[in-house]
Amino acid sequence: MAYTEEELKKELETQEYEYGFVTEIDADTFSKGLSEDVVRAISKRKEEPSWMTEWRLEAYRSWKKMKEPEWSNVKYIKPDFQEISYYSAPKSKDKYESLDEVDPELLKTFEKLGISVNEQKKLAGVAVDIVVDSVSVATTFRETLSKKGIIFCSISEAIREYPDLVKKYIGSVIPRKDNFYSALNSAVFSDGSFCYIPKGVRCPMELSTYFRINQAGTGQFERTLVIADEGSYVSYLEGCTAPSRDENQLHAAVVELIALDNAEIKYSTVQNWYPGNKNGKGGVYNFVTKRGICHTNSKISWTQVETGSAVTWKYPSCILKGDNSLGEFYSIAVTNNYQQADTGTKMIHIGKNTKSTIISKGISAGKSQNSYRGLVQVNPRAENARNFSQCDSLLMGNKCGAHTFPYIEVKNNTAMVEHEASTSKIGEDQIFYCNQRGIDTEKAIALIVNGFSKEVLNNLPMEFAVEAQKLLEISLEGSVG
Amino acid sequence: MLTIDNLHVSIEGKAILNGINLNVRAGEVHAIMGPNGSGKSTLSAAIAGNESYDVVKGDILFKGENIIELAPEERAHKGIFLSFQYPIEIPGITVTNFIKTSINSNLKARGESNMPANKMLKKIREKAALLEIDSKFLSRSLNEGFSGGEKKRNEIFQMAMLEPSLSILDETDSGLDIDALKIVANGVNKLKNKSNAIIVITHYQRLLDYIIPDYVHVLHEGKIVKSGGKELAHELEEKGYDWIK
Repeated sequence: MAYTEEELKKELETQEYEYGFVTEIDADTFSKGLSEDVVRAISKRKEEPSWMTEWRLEAYRSWKKMKEPEWSNVKYIKPDFQEISYYSAPKSKDKYESLDEVDPELLKTFEKLGISVNEQKKLAGVAVDIVVDSVSVATTFRETLSKKGIIFCSISEAIREYPDLVKKYIGSVIPRKDNFYSALNSAVFSDGSFCYIPKGVRCPMELSTYFRINQAGTGQFERTLVIADEGSYVSYLEGCTAPSRDENQLHAAVVELIALDNAEIKYSTVQNWYPGNKNGKGGVYNFVTKRGICHTNSKISWTQVETGSAVTWKYPSCILKGDNSLGEFYSIAVTNNYQQADTGTKMIHIGKNTKSTIISKGISAGKSQNSYRGLVQVNPRAENARNFSQCDSLLMGNKCGAHTFPYIEVKNNTAMVEHEASTSKIGEDQIFYCNQRGIDTEKAIALIVNGFSKEVLNNLPMEFAVEAQKLLEISLEGSVG
Repeated sequence: MLTIDNLHVSIEGKAILNGINLNVRAGEVHAIMGPNGSGKSTLSAAIAGNESYDVVKGDILFKGENIIELAPEERAHKGIFLSFQYPIEIPGITVTNFIKTSINSNLKARGESNMPANKMLKKIREKAALLEIDSKFLSRSLNEGFSGGEKKRNEIFQMAMLEPSLSILDETDSGLDIDALKIVANGVNKLKNKSNAIIVITHYQRLLDYIIPDYVHVLHEGKIVKSGGKELAHELEEKGYDWIK
């Protein structure tokens, strides 16, 4: 039958998390709790040098003195940090030469997700570093990359193999003490990805990592470090799915990007962690710190599609330190049922002639709350800084909320800062129009949402854009009929 | 093709249509005229299946089947097309993308596979030419920033693409200047054939100079108060609607 708002609500409520299953893999998991001993044990397990152990311990000591921040527009039960297990790794610790050696259960998981390594391998130009439960288990295309001098490996391996690079840059953009969760991550990060592009090298393929939380009750503390040396270019993709779970799972990642002179980094994320059930029970807490620094003439572009997590708290930011540097932030955040998202960006203009662009699209359905929070800061020395911000919200039904919190601080009178905002609602007349053309309600919503999100979707690499569109449909449509 | 039997329709409890009877056969053009508030648009919405309108009593038979319980998209799949008086906007979705989605949804509902891209493109070019539509127009967002004339032309373009059995043109002439009106009417006339039917809903006789109706019905207070041939339209124009009341 034709569509009413009531029916839409029902459809949205009955949708279940598509990837809600648990893979049975023998895992090597620490018992719950956090102390200096646990931090030391993680470091030891990862065979880290003593400077790294000390670095972690110092972060832990800072964290112990810090308080969990409360300024965001989200409500949740604070995690009990002594009830979390801080390390979990798949049991097979050997590196694999081929897929045949990988745990078949794990491969099945990827097949269910439709992102099997097999498929990924076929996708020309995509190298995949898969992170399952915090430890890299498969890496492809590494040879091609190493010929160009590109390093793409797990952060643990980088700490052992490239200590000088790691030592120089880790914590350089996001200091350990930056915030409560960055301090926690610095103390206990389990694994993550490391990427270094040498001077003048254009990375020939999209570098891609799939994250997945897979062990009951294990927090995931990923650490990513991407360094683009002078005149280099890299496009980095990060995608996530996670199994259903009753308890809340904490995810506190730290991502640092360094774009040296004339370099460019494009960092794209599709995030689809378990958002909790329709009553708001369960779901992932996603408290992420992402920040990049731009040196002279360099560019960092963040693109994100956020559809998952019960609570999202994240602001991929750019420090435009070098003259003529560029920062971009393109975001789609979808919230449904009881999901809450407080997301946005910070553009810190320090250098002369620095430019930033912010395009944020928030889509709220069910009883969810979706907030954009963004800071544009122009420092006294940032002559001729330019910023353009656009924040659009799309509402479905009348029990959800969309909020915009723009902060603009300008300390140089040559700056030009623009902010545009809009709020719209999917109307029954729009749905009826599509219905009359033979398009069912489910597809009609997908069309309208995709149209709304177009400016951001267009910024994603092709293969990722297709996946992102699929995710938007899954997140909002429910199963009609 | 279409038989409407004693149709009563109300909106939020207020009766708008009070017993409409209408019979439209294949190959015919019917004009429905009437003053503002007589129920013209309600009739088109009720045939298309808009659920904001409550069908209190009566039946709508399309190709012999009672469609009163069918969803709007199901009616569309059976070949009913409504050219909207106020077409809505979908930002970010191009005219081409929208019509592609529409055509493939209809094909899917009939158990057929998607139209191949080359065939789609050929058809789009052909129908765009028929309505003198510029190719740039096709890559604009659906109805976003369109002039009144562009919106109506786009409706008829969709009609041309979908090739429905029954087309209802709701106030298609409103917002059109005389040149655009001729192009649109010319397009409609070219689409007309022995196996399809058209219902033209209009306030003025103007459009009927270009799309010649076989029958003219005058709607007043939710009832068809007079029916006749095309000359009835001229008579109305001359005497005004007060003549009917």
